[in-house]
Amino acid sequence: MSEPKRRTGAQLIWETLLREGVETVFGYPGGAILPAYDAMLDYPIRHILVRHEQGATHMADGFARATGRVGVAIATSGPGATNMVTGIATAMLDSSPIVCITGQVGSGLIGTDAFQETDITGVTLPITKHNYLVTEVDQIAPAIHEAMYVARSGRPGPVVVDITKDAQQAATTGQWDPADIELPGYSPTPRPRPAEYRAAAALINRAKRPVILAGHGILLSEATAEVRELVERADIPAAMTLLGLGAVPARHPLNLGMMGMHGESWVNHAIQEADLLIALGMRFDDRVTGKLQQYAPNARKIHLDIDPSEFDKNVRVDLALAGDLAAVLGELLPSVRPRRREKWIDAITRMKGDAAVRDIQNLPDAGVLCAAHVIHDIWRLTGGRAILATDVGQHQMWAAQYYRHDEPRSLITSGGLGTMGFALPAAVGAKVGRPDEEVWVIAGDGGFQMTMCELATIAQERLKLNIAIINNGYLGMVRQWQEFFYDRRYAGTPLLSPDFAALARSFGLGGESVGSRAEVEDAVERARADERTVVLDFRVEREDTVYPMVPTGAELQDMIRRPEPALAASGAPGPDGEREW
Amino acid sequence: MSGGGEGDAVRPRVFAVWVEDRPGVLNRITSLFRRRGFNIESLSVGRAKAPGVSRMTIVVRTDATGAKRMAVQLYRLVNVLRADDITGAAAIRKELAMFKVSANAKERTEVIQLATATGARIVDVAPGSVVVEAAAAPEKIEGLAEVLRPYGILEQVRTGLVGMARGAESVMSDPAARRVPQPSAGGAEDDPGAAGPPASSDGSV
Repeated sequence: MSEPKRRTGAQLIWETLLREGVETVFGYPGGAILPAYDAMLDYPIRHILVRHEQGATHMADGFARATGRVGVAIATSGPGATNMVTGIATAMLDSSPIVCITGQVGSGLIGTDAFQETDITGVTLPITKHNYLVTEVDQIAPAIHEAMYVARSGRPGPVVVDITKDAQQAATTGQWDPADIELPGYSPTPRPRPAEYRAAAALINRAKRPVILAGHGILLSEATAEVRELVERADIPAAMTLLGLGAVPARHPLNLGMMGMHGESWVNHAIQEADLLIALGMRFDDRVTGKLQQYAPNARKIHLDIDPSEFDKNVRVDLALAGDLAAVLGELLPSVRPRRREKWIDAITRMKGDAAVRDIQNLPDAGVLCAAHVIHDIWRLTGGRAILATDVGQHQMWAAQYYRHDEPRSLITSGGLGTMGFALPAAVGAKVGRPDEEVWVIAGDGGFQMTMCELATIAQERLKLNIAIINNGYLGMVRQWQEFFYDRRYAGTPLLSPDFAALARSFGLGGESVGSRAEVEDAVERARADERTVVLDFRVEREDTVYPMVPTGAELQDMIRRPEPALAASGAPGPDGEREW
Repeated sequence: MSGGGEGDAVRPRVFAVWVEDRPGVLNRITSLFRRRGFNIESLSVGRAKAPGVSRMTIVVRTDATGAKRMAVQLYRLVNVLRADDITGAAAIRKELAMFKVSANAKERTEVIQLATATGARIVDVAPGSVVVEAAAAPEKIEGLAEVLRPYGILEQVRTGLVGMARGAESVMSDPAARRVPQPSAGGAEDDPGAAGPPASSDGSV
């Protein structure tokens, strides 16, 4: 037998990642990670140099959400690692599988406040699924392998692997087999008991007014086929969470649309009137439930989730089934009786008819550009097939309302943490992961300025994205809250922005400003046709408002609706076939 | 769900927790409790029987819902092998306490008599003080402290509770017991039809 090959820790980082199927990492070099960067050149790894480490984490996150594979980000110690914190927390709140590899000062220097030393495993403890401090070369391969496994299995989440510089530099002949991995305390995928299946089927079969609450877990578990079968077999309308959009095709007649704070009124009414809620891979976030005491007061509740810690956390449920959604539904479906529910569906359709009149698409074009129109047009012109990455705020809600997603993994948005600046880097990750797809960024003028440095990354990597900035000169969602709840005192929300089109051109990208609805279609088509990334700066109505809105702590049915005067002006609803069912 | 009743009262709940003996695990546990808003009353850690495993006894003041939430949150930690709420279980619960009591030559005999009468031991005698040691349930320790207080307690140290379920069964020696039990909200034992509309024949479980 030949002598085992001697490899450095730095080499082992890349060999382990390659063995895990990683081809691309998003990163930024620095002192403590230099040995890893040096070794990287000898491996078939695509490294995307970001402009800020937060961007690297969002890119890894966008990559993961678009592909279902683990996204990997890499950075140096100290500020490199702390710049990742927002992206890690974003991935944590939305259960996105990313692995962040950080360099750490030499093990002998740990605890001495050395240059660029930060206790990043301590810092990220509450915002990671798990993390590792690796101080010895022989721990590198197992730690990275475990990290990849922990990140993607069970309820996915971010994992940090912090590796000291001396561990990267040291060499070892140690062999390591992935089969050696032992995580005795980690049971990622529980399974329900037979009696729980029977009880769930009984509740579903008995219900008269059931509603499915479709969450992100459906996408993570790749359970869209099973969910669709449940929807169709038992004729159960499905309401979507923000991150669940795409779990059931938007064009499906039993897809009600989005629930919650900015959900369509008929969806929230349907939930409040339901006699059974079937929650699939969602966690009853406060943005979804409104006032908890009055949430779906007449409904029994079944909760299916892979993470038992979500049961009874916010909403008390009658029955909880812990397990992987696709497997659990696969097991449950044969006991669900096929049936039709005309009365219940008709009742919801009547609620819908009332609300559709208020829809902005049916309002007259008063010469100003409305964000809803812009997003509606992008949806129409892309045939609803683009991957959308959004920031957080008004434009995010408009994107959720007016870009209708038929496919899973086609909306990439920061739901739980609500991270501004997420869209642009997340879209980069999505495009890298799915290069053949058309990718659109929808961002506000506020959030875009938080991470717009990544335009340089896009230019350097020659990536083709389309970027729509919904530019209203305000931090719009905060302004909206100030309008409703703070007597229109606009503290800190008016916003001066650069000429985004000119800015884009300075990076060698395309840029255009659009100020009226008549220009939207041509601008969108020109951007799509351009081989470069193009930034479209849509100068929209400044004080537009996201309707409907359930104020924080209010009951779901108590929505603030689009004011009646606007409706009166519109006269009869215009023909708008696309939004019909 | 069984609602109301004494089980829901806020009171000290005792958890036996087995964890992998790795650097930072204690930090993970305490960080979790802090983050989820649980206040630890006492916590003791030591080696368990199995190599590489530490055993913790954690006392937290919370209600039944909080206790359940705590257990499932503990299971989310990769290094946690098992977490049992032994509050209501048949278990031995003890803590070790030492009291340094001010006692001159006259009082010394009294203190020693009191201590031994309650099952405590004298572990140090000095000219102005004695050290009383007791290993007992927390209520008994409280009682002892009450009795000693009039003499003047100069210093005290308590380890916090440790607990062990009674009987021959041992969770950690049975490999199957290391697997996470199935915590679930309602559980199928509670017939979900019981409080609702009349159960159909297939609804009984």
